[in-house]
Amino acid sequence: MIQPVIKGYAAILAHASSLVRYGSKPSRQIAATPGLLSTILESVRSYQEALVYAPHQVFIGRMRPHDLRALPFPWLAHSVPADRFTPTGEILPEEELYGLLALADEFGLLSFDPAFAEEAARRFAVHPLLAGSSLERLHEAGRRDLQGVLQSPDTLPLFIEGSQMIGAFRRGEEEDDSLTAPILLENLAAKVTGTLALLHLVSQDGLGAEAVEYVLSCSEEAVGDRYQRGGGNLAKAIAEMAGCGNASGADIKNFCAAPIPALVIAGSLVASGVFENVAVVGGGSVAKLGMKFQGHLKNGIPILEDVLGGIAIWVGRDDGRSPRIRLESVGRHEVKAGSSNQAILEALVARPLERIGRRMTEVDLFGTELHNPEITIPQGNGDIPLRNYRMLASLAALRGEIEASALDAFVERHGVTGFAPTQGHLASAICLLGHARAMLLSKEINTVQLVAKGSLFLGKMTSQSDGMSVLIEA
Amino acid sequence: MFQGKQVIVIGERDGLAGPAITTCVGTAGGTVALVHTDCFV
Repeated sequence: MIQPVIKGYAAILAHASSLVRYGSKPSRQIAATPGLLSTILESVRSYQEALVYAPHQVFIGRMRPHDLRALPFPWLAHSVPADRFTPTGEILPEEELYGLLALADEFGLLSFDPAFAEEAARRFAVHPLLAGSSLERLHEAGRRDLQGVLQSPDTLPLFIEGSQMIGAFRRGEEEDDSLTAPILLENLAAKVTGTLALLHLVSQDGLGAEAVEYVLSCSEEAVGDRYQRGGGNLAKAIAEMAGCGNASGADIKNFCAAPIPALVIAGSLVASGVFENVAVVGGGSVAKLGMKFQGHLKNGIPILEDVLGGIAIWVGRDDGRSPRIRLESVGRHEVKAGSSNQAILEALVARPLERIGRRMTEVDLFGTELHNPEITIPQGNGDIPLRNYRMLASLAALRGEIEASALDAFVERHGVTGFAPTQGHLASAICLLGHARAMLLSKEINTVQLVAKGSLFLGKMTSQSDGMSVLIEA
Repeated sequence: MFQGKQVIVIGERDGLAGPAITTCVGTAGGTVALVHTDCFV
C-alpha cells in the first residue's frame, strides 16, 4: 500500500456581514418580525472588527487554538494583532467575496452597480492569488441592467456595509424551485469560498494546480436541479475555477461529518494508487450565517456568525516528511452502534485505536466539534467542544485509562478551545488539521485523532447520526 | 419511575440523543409519545 500523507492545508474566511440577512434563521425571522432587519444591520461587525477577532485569526492559522486559553474571555473584548493573509489562508473582505461570486458566475446570475464592479476589479488587481485573473465576468455583471433585474420579485438584492445596495442575484430558471436566487447564492458562495481555499493550497511550496488529479468537495450545499436536487458536482466546479485542469471530482455528503470521510476517501485513492494527488475542499455555508443571532442580540453583543469559511487539504504520496493518514485506524459509527454517546465514542475513538494497539492517552491531541463557544453560549447551547472533550475524558475513565478525578486534566492535555465559526462541516474536527499538521511537522506532537459527527436525523430519512474518525501521525 | 406515564423526549446530538433517552424511558416503564433529536450546531 502507498502511504498517504497530508502535504498541505489551507483555510480562509470571507467576511459576509451583509449576507447575514440571507442566513436561514435571520431570513425567516426578518419575514415574521417588522423592524428586525434594521436591528440586525446595526448589530453586524465591520471587516476590521471581524479581522482582529481572535478565533478568526486561529481559523486562518496566524494563532494557535491553545493561544485562546491565555486570552481573557470574552474574546470579543480583546482585539488581537491580526493579518489578512497568512501562509495558509486569508480573511477576505465582503467586497471581494461579491467580486469572486461574479468571477464564478457562468450564467449571468449577478448584476452589479458599475462603480462597485470597478472597485472590486481594482481590489483583485492587487490580490496575490487573483491578480492576473480574467475579470471579464465581473465587468459583464457591471454592465447588466441592475434596475431591470431588481423589478423581478424573485431577485435578491445584494448589499455592502449592511444596507448599501450594490447588486442583485437573479433566479436561475422560472419553473425550477431548485434554482431560485437564494439557493443559487448559497451554492455559488460555497463554490467561491472553496475555490479561494484551494487557490491558497495550490500556491503553497511543492504543490500546484496542474498536479491535482481529483477533488472531493465536502461542502454542505447540494447543487442540482428540479429533477436531481443534490446532483452535484461542486468539486469539479471548484477544480475548474482554481485552474486544476487535470482534475475531475465528486461531492461527498454526510452532513457536518463530511470532511473526515472525504479525507479518508482521498487517502484511500492515494493508497490504492488510483490517484497520486487528491484535494479535499469545503466551501462555506450562507444558510448558517446568523444562525444564533437571537442569542447575540439578547446579550447585547454583535452578531458573530458573519463569516463564510473554506478549507482545502492536499493528500498525496508519502514524502518522508508530511504527516501520515493511518487508514488502518479509521473509525466509523456503525448502524448497530445506536445513539448512546458511549457506544458512539467506543466506535469512533476507542476501537480504531485498539486495532493498532493504542490507548486513548497515547493520542496527543483530539479534534472534535470545535465550534467557537462565544457564539453558542449566548444562545444557551453551552460550550460544545468542552462537552465533547469531557465525553472523551469520561470514556478514557470508563476504560480505566485515567482516574475519574483526572477528567479536567485529560481535557486540558488532549483538547483545545473551540474556535471555528458555526459553519458546521468546517467546525467538525477538520478545522484543527492545519494546526495539527504544523505541530506534527515540528514534532511538538506525534498523534492526532480527528472525530467528526453529522446529524443525519435532520434530513428525516433516519433517526441515526453518523460519524467518522481518522488518525494522523508524524 | 415512568410506569403508566407518557413521555415527550427531546434529545441533543452532542448531549443525550433522543433514541438513547427513549431506551431509558422504556426500561423505566414509560411510553414515549414523541421523540425528537436536535442539533444545536
